[in-house]
Amino acid sequence: MMASSYNAKEEDGHHSGASGPGGGTAVKSKKPDNTAFKQQRLPAWQPILTAGTVLPAFFVIGLIFIPIGIGLFVTSNNIKEYEIDYTGIEMSSPCFNCSQNFSWNSTTPCKCSVSFSLDQPFESNVFMYYGLSNFYQNHRRYVKSRDDSQLNGDKASLTNPSKECEPYRTSDKKFIAPCGAIANSLFNDTLDLFFIDPNGTRTRIELVKKGIAWWTDKHVKFRNPGGNNLNLTAVFIDTAKPVNWRKPVYELDTDQENNGFINEDFIVWMRTAALPTFRKLYRIIQRKNSMTPTLPRGNYTLDITYNYPVRSFEGRKRMILSTISWMGGKNPFLGIAYITVGSVCFFLGVVLLIIHHKYGNRNNSADIPN
Amino acid sequence: MGNSFPESSVVFQRECHSTSVFSSSSVLRRENGRQTCTRSGKTDCLPWTCREERRDSKMSFFGLSCAKKKEKEVERRIRANDREFNLPFKYATNAIKTSKYNLFTFLPLNLFEQFQRIANAYFMFLLVLQLIPEISSLSWFTTVVPLALVLSVTAAKDATDDLNRHKSDRQVNNRKVEVLINGELRSEKWMDVQVGDIIKLESDQFVTADLLLLSSSVPLNLVYIETAELDGETNLKVKQALAVTGDMDDSIESLAAFDGEVHCEPPNNRLDKFTGTLVVRGQKYSLDNEKILLRGCTLRNTEWCFGLVVFGGPETKLMQNCGKTTFKRTSIDRMMNALVLCIFGFLAVMCTILGIGNGIWEQQEGSTFIAFLPRQDGVNSAFSGFLTFWSYVIILNTVVPISLYVSVEIIRLGNSFYIDWDRKMYYARSDTPAEARTTTLNEELGQIKYIFSDKTGTLTQNIMTFNKCSINGKCYGDVFDFAGQRLDISERTDRVDFSFNPLADPKFVFYDHSLVEAVKLEIPEVHGFFRLLALCHTVMAEEKNEGDLLYQAQSPDEGALVTATRNFGFVFQSRTPESITIVEMGIQRRYELLAILDFNNVRKRMSVIVRSPEGKLCLYCKGADTIVFERLHQSCGKMKDVTTEHLNEFAGEGLRTLALAYKELDEEYFVLWRERHHEASTAIEDRDERLDELYEEIEKDMILLGATAVEDKLQDGVPQTIEQLAKADIKIWVLTGDKQETAENIGYSCNMLQEEMNEVFVVSAKSSEEVREELRSARLKMKPEAEEKPVIISGGILGKKTKVVQDEAVDGEYGLIINGHSLAYALDSSMEIEFLRTACMCKAVICCRVTPLQKAQVVELVKKFKKAVTLAIGDGANDVSMIKAAHIGVGISGQEGMQAVLSSDFSFAQFRYLQRLLLVHGRWSYLRMCKFLRYFFYKNFTFTFVHFWYAFFCGFSAQTVYDEWFITLYNLIYTALPVLGMSLFDQDVNDRWSFQYPQLYAPGQLNMYFSKTSFVRCVLHSGYSSLVLFFIPYAAMYNTVRDDGKDIADYQSFALLAQTCLVIAVCLQMGLDMAYWTVVNQVFVWGSLAMYFAVTFTFYSNGMYLIFTASFPFIGTARNSLSQPSVWLTILLTTMLCVLPVVAYRFLFILLRPTINDKVRFKVCQAKAGPPPPAPRARIRRSSTRRSAYAFSHTQGYGDLVTSRRFLRQVPAPRQSAGFSPTGRSTGFIHMGRSGGYSPTGRPQSSREPETSLQIYRAVKEPVS
Repeated sequence: MMASSYNAKEEDGHHSGASGPGGGTAVKSKKPDNTAFKQQRLPAWQPILTAGTVLPAFFVIGLIFIPIGIGLFVTSNNIKEYEIDYTGIEMSSPCFNCSQNFSWNSTTPCKCSVSFSLDQPFESNVFMYYGLSNFYQNHRRYVKSRDDSQLNGDKASLTNPSKECEPYRTSDKKFIAPCGAIANSLFNDTLDLFFIDPNGTRTRIELVKKGIAWWTDKHVKFRNPGGNNLNLTAVFIDTAKPVNWRKPVYELDTDQENNGFINEDFIVWMRTAALPTFRKLYRIIQRKNSMTPTLPRGNYTLDITYNYPVRSFEGRKRMILSTISWMGGKNPFLGIAYITVGSVCFFLGVVLLIIHHKYGNRNNSADIPN
Repeated sequence: MGNSFPESSVVFQRECHSTSVFSSSSVLRRENGRQTCTRSGKTDCLPWTCREERRDSKMSFFGLSCAKKKEKEVERRIRANDREFNLPFKYATNAIKTSKYNLFTFLPLNLFEQFQRIANAYFMFLLVLQLIPEISSLSWFTTVVPLALVLSVTAAKDATDDLNRHKSDRQVNNRKVEVLINGELRSEKWMDVQVGDIIKLESDQFVTADLLLLSSSVPLNLVYIETAELDGETNLKVKQALAVTGDMDDSIESLAAFDGEVHCEPPNNRLDKFTGTLVVRGQKYSLDNEKILLRGCTLRNTEWCFGLVVFGGPETKLMQNCGKTTFKRTSIDRMMNALVLCIFGFLAVMCTILGIGNGIWEQQEGSTFIAFLPRQDGVNSAFSGFLTFWSYVIILNTVVPISLYVSVEIIRLGNSFYIDWDRKMYYARSDTPAEARTTTLNEELGQIKYIFSDKTGTLTQNIMTFNKCSINGKCYGDVFDFAGQRLDISERTDRVDFSFNPLADPKFVFYDHSLVEAVKLEIPEVHGFFRLLALCHTVMAEEKNEGDLLYQAQSPDEGALVTATRNFGFVFQSRTPESITIVEMGIQRRYELLAILDFNNVRKRMSVIVRSPEGKLCLYCKGADTIVFERLHQSCGKMKDVTTEHLNEFAGEGLRTLALAYKELDEEYFVLWRERHHEASTAIEDRDERLDELYEEIEKDMILLGATAVEDKLQDGVPQTIEQLAKADIKIWVLTGDKQETAENIGYSCNMLQEEMNEVFVVSAKSSEEVREELRSARLKMKPEAEEKPVIISGGILGKKTKVVQDEAVDGEYGLIINGHSLAYALDSSMEIEFLRTACMCKAVICCRVTPLQKAQVVELVKKFKKAVTLAIGDGANDVSMIKAAHIGVGISGQEGMQAVLSSDFSFAQFRYLQRLLLVHGRWSYLRMCKFLRYFFYKNFTFTFVHFWYAFFCGFSAQTVYDEWFITLYNLIYTALPVLGMSLFDQDVNDRWSFQYPQLYAPGQLNMYFSKTSFVRCVLHSGYSSLVLFFIPYAAMYNTVRDDGKDIADYQSFALLAQTCLVIAVCLQMGLDMAYWTVVNQVFVWGSLAMYFAVTFTFYSNGMYLIFTASFPFIGTARNSLSQPSVWLTILLTTMLCVLPVVAYRFLFILLRPTINDKVRFKVCQAKAGPPPPAPRARIRRSSTRRSAYAFSHTQGYGDLVTSRRFLRQVPAPRQSAGFSPTGRSTGFIHMGRSGGYSPTGRPQSSREPETSLQIYRAVKEPVS
C-alpha cells in the first residue's frame, strides 16, 4: 500500500536503472565509462616556466639572434643601392620645368635628363626601380577599383567590367579596358639609362623589361582576352582606353608576349603597394659576364620622359638602382632588429638569472599557506 | 475485538485540532513551516510546478510553454457525458503541445527568435552595412559565413530540443486512461479526452486532466492524492466528492446516465481555488477546490475513482502555471556583457578617431590625389569621414566576435559533459551519475563563496540506526576481539543472527552478540529495557499480512528504537487507544495503556503508564539523560555514574542518546492521580501547567534501566567534505527545518561546529528587539572594536546600484545558531544587514526550523549584500525555493522524490560529491573559461588593432590589413580549435592535487582569473602585440624586394606576412597559456597551423583563381612570398617579440610573487620525480563531549493522537488483516517522505517465514482475543 518514494521519472520511461529486487540485470548501468578522456585523465605534457627552462631559452635565443642579425646587417650593407629623386621640386632640378608644365592632354612629352655618378661599381644583376612616395596605392577605394576577371581575359568582363571600376568604367559609352583607378593611374614615365664614358660618349645601357613581374601574375592572373589571338587590336575593339592613358592597352608594347594585359610594366603596377611609399621594379640590367661589373664606376645620365604628375599630391618620384642579395633588397632594419632583440634577450637572461638567484629559491620552496 | 473500541477506554484526550484524518497526519508528518513555496510574492504561480525551460532542455515531464490565450471565457459550462453540448464552447481538449515548431514553421520562427538575440542582431546589422557599397569595407561573406554557422548550430540545437519536446508531448498525450463513452469504459489516449467526459482513474495513476471528483472506492468518497508534481509536497492530500455524485459509486449505468452540468470559473492558474456549481436534476451544489483533482497529481491509496473532466490540456491549472522562469546567468556572463558594452564603446571611439582621421586625410591629401583617385559624387571629406566611420565599424567588429558566444556555449557544454561522465561522482548504490542539468553555469561552480545546505537527506542519510546501548551499567554495541581490543565495524564483521525471532526485521543489523545472549538469558534488566522500548513510544504498527509488520513512526529515532527492540524479541505488534500488544520472546502480551505523558520541548521526555497482563502498574519513561537523571531514585546513584560514562562515550561518537527508566506504581495512588489528571485535562484555565505539574509528580523516583544510542547517520564523507570546503574558504550555512538540538548535533558531528570554537551563539529570541540585541552582543563579542555601522561599499555598473557589505575579519572561530522565529525578525529589512554582518563573521551558521521561504530569503539576503556566488544544496521539496534562489542549485537525488533535482542545476546522489563538483570541476571550468576569455579577447584584439595601426598608412580608408578570407576564417578555423581545446582540456593541476590544496579554489571566489583589470591587461597586451605585428613587418618590408628583385612590398604580400605572423604569434601565445598539453591539444594547435597554411595555399592557388576569379585575388602570393628567407626571418622576429616579453613577465612574477597556482604547480613538478601526493586524510576523529539527547524530530501532541479515537477510526485489528485489501483503506499514517526513511522496514517485507514458525505464532495469538 505504501508505495514509498514514488518516482515520476520511472513512469516516464527513463528507467532509473536501480534494479528492483530480482531481475533488472538487463538494465544497463548508468556508470560512466572509464576512459581517460571522459575522466579527464588524458596523458599530458605539463610544462611550467621554471628557471631551468626560461633562462637557457633566453640565452639561446640571444645567442642565435645576434649572429643572424650580424649576418643580415652585413648582407644588407653589402648591397649597393643608388637612389635619385627626379620629381623636380627644386628650381635647380632638371625636371623642374616638366613638373611645372604638366598637363594630361599635352601630346608632346616633356623630357628631362638627370646626371649622376656611381662611386662604386655594381656587380651582378642590377635592378632598376621607380619609387613613388605619398602615393596611396593602398587606399581602399583605389585597391578595389579593378576587375580581376577582365584582367584574366574574361570576355564578358571585358565588355562589362565590374562596378568597382567606377568612375573608370566607361568612357565615351564604351567600357574601359583595363578598367578602374589602378589601371588608369599606370606609371608611364619612361626611364633610360646612359653610361657616360670618361671620354664623354653616351652608351645606352640595355634595360630588360621582361621578367619583372611575378610568374604567377604574368601567366595566371593576367591574360589577354581571346586566348592566343594575336590580333589584340581586334580583341579590344569594343573597348575604350583608360582615360589617362595616351595609347590603348594593345599598344603598350610591340612584343605580343608583353602586350595587352600581360604587359609586365602594367602587371607590376597592378600589384598595388602596401604602403604609400613604395618602389616597383622597372627594368633589369643584366650582367654581361663575370669579369666586368654590370654598372662600372662613373657618370651616368638618366633620361626621363616625364609623363607622370605627382606634384599635385606632394608625391615624389625616384629612380633606384640596386643590387640584390639572398635576402632581397637593401634593408638594414632586419639586421639591426635581430641584433637588438638578441642582445636584449641575453641581457634579460642575465637579469633574470640574478633575480632568480636572489629570490627564486625563497619563494618557490615557500610553504603553501593552509 | 473487531472494529469497535471499548467506550470505557481510559484515554487522556486533549482536543485534537485536526480537521480531518488526512490533514492531521500531514501536519504531523511535516514539521511546521514545511508548507512550501513562494506562494506569497509576485508570482502566484508555483515555481516548480513545471520545470522551467532550460537551455539544455532536459525535458519536463509535463512539458512547458503556456497555452496561448484565446478570447476570454467568462464562465465555463459543461454537461457530463454530453460531447455535443460541450463541443460548441470549443474548450481545449486534453492534448498538450509544448513544442514550439513544426516542420514548416521551424525555419522562420527559429530565425526570428535567433535574431532577437543582441549578438545576432548586431551581426545582421553589420551585414546590412556591408551591403552598402560606399561603406562596405569587407565582402559580404566575412560576416555571412560565421553568422550562418552560428545560426545553423543554434538552429540544430533548437531543433533537437524541440524534437525532444515533441517526443515528450507525444508520450504524455498517448497515455491511456479509461473513459466512459456511450455507457462503457474504453481505454483512450489522454489527448482524446474531452471536457465533459467521465474518466476512471486507478491508484498510482496520474490525474489526466483537471477533474471534478465524482466518486471513489474509499468510504465517504475520499481520495488521496499526491501533489508532488504540482507543488512539491510529498504528503498526501485528501479530496472528497459530493455525496450526490458519490452515491453513484462505480455503477457504470448511473455514471453513464449522469447528466450533471457544471458551471464554473474559466481556466486560471490558481491552484488552491476553484469555484463553481454543479446542477444535478435541477438541484444546485456548490463546488470548491476540495472536489477538484488537478492534472499533475497522482492518485494514491485509492483503488479507483471517477471524475468529470473540467479543464483539459493547456487549460489545466498545471499548464496555466507554467510561466517562464528567468535564466540564471553566471557572474562571468554578467561581466562579459558589461565588457562587451565597454568594447562597443571602445569600438565607437576607435572608429570615431579613424573617421575623423579620414575626414582630415580626405581634406588634406585626398583632395590633391583626385587625379588618380577621384571622389564619388557628393562625397566631401566630412561625409567621407562619416562613411569611413561605418566602414571601420565593419572592419573592427572582430573585437566583439560572433564566435565568442558560440565558443562559450560549447565550452560550457563540454565541461557539463565532464560532470555527467565523472565516475567519481557516480553513486553505484542507486546507479546515479552526477548530472549537469543546466549547461550554462559551469564556471560559476569555481567561484562559490557561500553554500546553503539542507540537513536531512543532504548531510545526513536520513537513516536512524540503533547503534549502542547501556543496560544496567553494561555497554553493548561494540565488537571486541579475543584480546579485548575494540574492532572497527566493517562489511565483514559478523552480524548478529536474529533467526530465532521470526518477526525480526531482516534489514536490521547489529554486531554485538552479547546483547542477544543477554536477551536469551532472560536477564530481567535487559528484558525490562526492551519492554520499555516496545511500550513507550508513539509508533503505529500495521500488519498487512501475518507477521509482516510495518511501523510508522513520527520520529525516525523512535522508529529505529522500536525496530531494534522488535529484533531483540520484543515485538511491538499493534496498539489501540487503550492497549498495546507486544510479543515478548514469542509470547503475545497485551498491556493496558493507561496514560501517555507526552513529549514536549520543555519536558524532553515521554512516559507511558501501562498495566501488564499480570495486573502490575508500571510507568515507563524515556528522555534526555539530564532530565531523566534528575528524576531517578536515590538507589540508582552508582548506575547513574556508569551510565553517564557510557553516555559520554556515545556522545563522543556523535550518537543521539536517550536514558530509560521505569517505576512501578501503586494502584491506589494511581487511581487518585488519574482523577486529578482527568480534572486537569478538562480544566479551562492553566490546563497545561496543571498537567505538567501532575506529570512532574508521577515521574520521579524512577529506576534507571539504561540508555540507548541512535545514530543519525551522516552521509559518507560529509565531515571531510565540509572540512575541505572550509579550507577552500567556502562558507557553509545549514538551513534546516529540523529542531535546534538536532541541527546543532549534526553541526557538531559533521565538523561544522567544533569544540574548539571560541563560542557558539544561539539566537532564539521571541521579539524583534531581543533578536537585534542578541545579534549585536554576539557581534561585539567577536569583534569588540567593530564599527557600529557596517562598511557598505556602494557601486554598480550602468546605473544598477549595488550595495555590498564588506567582510569583517574576526579573531577566533565562532558559530551561530538561529532559529526560525528569530530568523523571521532577523530577515526584516531593518535588521537584515545586522544579521548578515554577524552571520558572516561566524565560521559556521546554522538556521534551524526555517521555512522554505525563509531558506530562499536567507539566500537572497546573501546574494543581495555580498558580492559572492551562492550555491544551495538540498534534496527535498522544501529546498526548492532556495535552490531556485541561489546562483547555483544542487539537488541531491535521494529518497525524497525528484522535486529538488528537477529544479536544480546540478544533481548527484551524495553530498560528498560536492567537493569534487566545486574543487575539481568548478575550479577547472572557471579556470578554463577565464583562460578562454583572456586568450580570446587577446587574439581578437590583436587581430583587430593591426587594422587600426594600418589605418594611419592607408589614408584611413578602411582598407583591411589581411585577406578577406583570412578575416572570415580566422575565428572560425585558424584559431577556434586550439582555444577550444585549451578550454576543454586544460587543468593546472590534476584532481588529486586540487583536493590536496583546496586553497587553489580561492582565486575563483575573488574573481582573480578574469576581472576588469585582467581585461585591461589583456587589451594592453594586445596593443603591444598588434604594434609588433604591424610595425615589424612594416619596417622589414619597407622599400625592400625579393631575392630576385621583384615586388614583395605589395599589399598582398604584406597582408600574407602580417597574417602569418599573427597566426603564429597567437598560436605561440596559446602554447604559453596552455598548462596541460594533451594529444588533442597538440593536434589542434599544430593542426590549426597546418590548416592555415593548407587553406592559404589552396585559396591562393591557380585553380581557385581561375574558377572564382573575383573571390580569390591573392593568387600566387603565398608561393612568391613564403619562399623568401627574409619573410621567414621577419616572422620569427615578430613572433619572438610578441612572446618573449610575456615569458619574461610571467617568469618574473613566478619568481617574485608566485600565486598559489604557481606554487602548487611547482610542487607538482617536484613531486613528479618523487612519490604521488598523499591520499586525502583519513577520517577525522572527533572527541566531542557534547551530549545530545531525545529524539529531536519528535513533535509534541503526538501521544494524544495515538490515543485518539478518530485516528484509529478505521484501523482494523491486526487479526483481520488477512482479509484486508492491500490498498489499505485509510490509516492516517501515510508512509511517505522523510520520516519514512528511518528504518529498514521501509518496504513491506517480502520474505515469508517458514510455515512452522507462523503456526506457532498463531497458536500463541489465539488466546489473547
